[in-house]
Amino acid sequence: MRRLAALTVCLIALSACQREKRDTRPAPIRTAVFGSAARESPLEPGGQLPNYQPSNPYDKSAYAISEGQRLFDWYNCSGCHAHGGGGMGPPLIKQQWIYGGDPANLFDTIVKGRPNGMPTWGGRIPDYQIWQLVAFIRSMNNEEPQSATPVRSDNIQTQPTIRNRVKGVTK
Amino acid sequence: MTAATTPSIDLDRERASLERAWANGRGLLAWLSVTTHQAIGMRYIVTAFLFLLAGGVEALLMRLQLARPDNTLLTADKYNQIFTVHGSTMMFLFAVPMMEGMGVYLVPLMLGTRNVAFPRLNAFGYWMYVIGGLFLYWGLFTNTGPDVGWFAYTPLSGPQFSPGKRVDVWAQMITFTEISAMCVAAELAATILKMRAPGMSLNRIPLFCWGMLVQSFMVLFAMPAVMVASNIFLLTDRTIGTHFSNPAEGGDPLLYQHVFWFFGHPEVYIIFIPALGMVSAIVDTNTRRAIFGYPAMVLSLVATAFIGFGLWVHHMFATGLPQIGEAYFTAASMMIAIASGVQIFCWLATMWTGRIRWTAAMHFVAGFVFIFVLGGLTGVMLAAIPLDLQVHDTFFVVAHFHYVLIGGALFPLFGGFHHWFGKFTGRLIDERLGKLTFWVLFIGFNLTFFPMHILGLRGMTRRIYTYPSEMQWGGANALATAGALVILLGGILFLVNVFTSRRNGEMAGPNPWDSGTLEWATASPPQNFNFLLLPAVTGRYPLWTSFKERIAVTGLRNDRREVLVTTLMDAEPHHRYVLPRSSIWPFVTAVLITIGLIGSVFQFQWYYPGIALATIGFLGWFWPRAQEAEP
Amino acid sequence: MSAWGTPYQSAVNAAGPQSGRIETLFWVFTILLAIIFVIVIVVLLLTLTRRHRGIQQEPLEQTHIPSGATEHRLTRTVAAATIVTVVVLLGLLVASVGTGKAISGLGTARNGLAVEVIGNQWWWYVRYLNDDASRIVTTANEIHIPVGRPVMIRGTSHDVIHSFWVPNLNGKIDFIPSRVNAQWIEADYPGRFRGQCAEFCGIQHAHMALWVVAEPPDRFEAWMNHQLEPAAAPSDADSQQGQQVFLNHACIFCHTIAGTAALGSAGPDLTHFASRSTIAAGTLPNTKGNLAGWIADPQNIKPGNHMATVALDSADVQPLIDYLESLK
Repeated sequence: MRRLAALTVCLIALSACQREKRDTRPAPIRTAVFGSAARESPLEPGGQLPNYQPSNPYDKSAYAISEGQRLFDWYNCSGCHAHGGGGMGPPLIKQQWIYGGDPANLFDTIVKGRPNGMPTWGGRIPDYQIWQLVAFIRSMNNEEPQSATPVRSDNIQTQPTIRNRVKGVTK
Repeated sequence: MTAATTPSIDLDRERASLERAWANGRGLLAWLSVTTHQAIGMRYIVTAFLFLLAGGVEALLMRLQLARPDNTLLTADKYNQIFTVHGSTMMFLFAVPMMEGMGVYLVPLMLGTRNVAFPRLNAFGYWMYVIGGLFLYWGLFTNTGPDVGWFAYTPLSGPQFSPGKRVDVWAQMITFTEISAMCVAAELAATILKMRAPGMSLNRIPLFCWGMLVQSFMVLFAMPAVMVASNIFLLTDRTIGTHFSNPAEGGDPLLYQHVFWFFGHPEVYIIFIPALGMVSAIVDTNTRRAIFGYPAMVLSLVATAFIGFGLWVHHMFATGLPQIGEAYFTAASMMIAIASGVQIFCWLATMWTGRIRWTAAMHFVAGFVFIFVLGGLTGVMLAAIPLDLQVHDTFFVVAHFHYVLIGGALFPLFGGFHHWFGKFTGRLIDERLGKLTFWVLFIGFNLTFFPMHILGLRGMTRRIYTYPSEMQWGGANALATAGALVILLGGILFLVNVFTSRRNGEMAGPNPWDSGTLEWATASPPQNFNFLLLPAVTGRYPLWTSFKERIAVTGLRNDRREVLVTTLMDAEPHHRYVLPRSSIWPFVTAVLITIGLIGSVFQFQWYYPGIALATIGFLGWFWPRAQEAEP
Repeated sequence: MSAWGTPYQSAVNAAGPQSGRIETLFWVFTILLAIIFVIVIVVLLLTLTRRHRGIQQEPLEQTHIPSGATEHRLTRTVAAATIVTVVVLLGLLVASVGTGKAISGLGTARNGLAVEVIGNQWWWYVRYLNDDASRIVTTANEIHIPVGRPVMIRGTSHDVIHSFWVPNLNGKIDFIPSRVNAQWIEADYPGRFRGQCAEFCGIQHAHMALWVVAEPPDRFEAWMNHQLEPAAAPSDADSQQGQQVFLNHACIFCHTIAGTAALGSAGPDLTHFASRSTIAAGTLPNTKGNLAGWIADPQNIKPGNHMATVALDSADVQPLIDYLESLK
């Protein structure tokens, strides 16, 4: 009985781990192009190499998803992809991904760029921010836990509408 | 039922029968099923005291972090969580439940009845409170503690700027504690209005009970506002995508502030008004005279409550409101000082003309006058908008509210502990150690918080985890930290006093202080049924009337939990009312509701089974039981 | 009182007409209320020590109520004290409202300067408004104002609620997203005054300061004219390499350097970065060493802030620092 209680306590304590993880001192690694990005072909010459699929170190972290949401606007991904629905670029909320929808594939796409307009971000922005963007894109597709995904964003209007205490100045 | 002469009653048979009817039982199941007000009141008091200690530890951590500039004891994230949980603990988990606990324990005794009006609701309220508090601390220990301040302004606390479940934990903790507070408020109001001793008309109720009555009504009006703000605005914004604070879709961050402070200001009076009642109880006993100006005291309490609901905008003077509205709130904020001032004058008048016995409790009352008046006067300064715009959100405000809350609520509370310790435990608390505790707490408190006035005027803002050494705030901060350690010493002294007095204290007897109110008319600690024979009263201080004039109530059944319900104004006996015995359903219902409330924080869909489970709980609770046959 | 704070972020060291009126009101309140406090405490202490002369003990012991005459005297005393309280509070109310009106009367469009300040997590965007678009200056975290001229600080927030507070000059004003709030400040004499965000705005609320530099009008004009120029072109190979480093890394996504390809608007404007006295909203003095530490690891200095930790080759660091510190 006591052991069960202890186990329950441990589980409850651990249950918050992933979602609330906040890494504020990430290493500024900059992936050389084609570095540890995911492979696009399952075929390998020679013997079977171990299946290397880098996983998102920030998976399921609410803070990372939130940072991804911020970076999505700051780095103007929304310029081509809108807020997931696409525009000049393809939508990011979908079932069929052209270059794969796994976290490693999304990382690869952002790092390497893609034909027809997707810029190469690898080498410009640090890896950890790319992983944060990956987490956010996955959350848009409901691939992240509901408890870590923001329900909405506060898209604050750029033009303030309520003016207080402005007493007669030119501008 | 009242008789001019004593009918022949076999008191031993009466006592034995009452003991059987009011027994709590033994074992875990019985402990979970208790519905007697002394047990539940004591649970509230002990649990709230534990939360006070937790909040004190958080305060110490904060002070240790701020003792030196650029300190690295706590990271920014941890500090933000700690100050948020400190504020939330003190406001929601310590102050209100502690006052409610004192009320739940003392009010039925002071009114001359056997229990509160709704015993199972009482138990349910306690379980909800404990669960809510544990939920918040689960959050703190799993890195899910809220980090947005105890008031959680939007949009900072909204879904975009507070990722994860930290703020949701805070919002749901509020649900638990406000449900608990409203339960206690409802039952205390019903008890005070309808279950008094015969003859205890409204103008004979002890001032502590007036305080609890006024506070109960304030809770009933104010707590729903925080439920709306934290649950309907904030929690739904965060969990189901509403836009209450999203301006792009028509929401407004300021709406949250208005609704929150509409609760938030009455909240501090909810904490403060029962303490005023305690001061009256201590003063009249220790000056050996009736409190001067009873009608003025009652009207001041009521006026404080009413005006207290019209002040909330003084927390928002910096938000850019229309000037004409602001002036009204300045006037109201200053006006409330009149009500508090009248109370202070009446107490001073009582003390001036009484024969004072300087017990430890009276020391705390004197400390209360000093500290609360100082805090109230800085409050008058804060009511002036130009001054407020300079010192709002600085340590000046921190100093102000600690002066009024610690001085106005904590010192009377400690006075109450020393005064009623004998009643609660049967042994008197050590007076000398109590007086020493007072001096240590008084000195430590002033050492901690007085420098903060100056720090605030010198630019130190609130809620900062560190500050640069160039600002030269280090000296005053170090002094404040030293004071905090002195307060810690005072707390330790108090705990030592409690534990040693429980073992070795002098036996208290029913009325060690020769007080006049009814809680002193029975054994210490009281048996579950409170009084062997229920009293009827003819004045404000029943125990100060001569023995010949005392009247008892007879004729109630003693084989079941029966009490007398009286009329509202003049407390004439009206009808008999059977209270339920112990019941496991309040605990079970609390657990079932918890499943829904906590589940819905993480996944909204848990709301639906939660409603179903709550319904099951209520069905069990209210399932009609066969009435026992009338003799 | 040096252990009690510096005079350049202090509400009791007023440097302007608005804060001067507030400081006067403060002293009026403090002195009057202190006198009242002393009176109350003296009465309290007297209850401790007074001997009961003329109060009958006997009735007290039995009835616990003193004589009617005593109660009557007490009633008159308490009533008088209450009336005095009401009168004092009314007086203070009039003083307070009067001061508020006087302060808002100080704002004037005549000869006023308008500065738009927008709060961000955790820095201040500053833009000098002007009918003539070519004279709009954009900077960050440091506001220069001319002595003796009223300046309107008009602001909002791009994210959460912040609060603009320069205690030496005026009270605080909240910057709320979707609303524009404004207040007037004015400096009576030259000086440097520190301000700080006064509404909890997230993890680095503690490190969101700003400086208001009040200068004589001619020096202010010179400063404005200098700020209107585009960024100084790199003068030597070292700085040129530094500029290339800046343009080839993530810096350009967030920062603007007018006259170059860097046009990011998410972070502070760096066009005249070296003319400012601090880095990271008042967190560090603006020196080469501090700048290097900041760029290498901003999360060490201000953990949780939104600046990316950009990986730089060690050979690129010194040129970049040299370039940025050349942007006077």
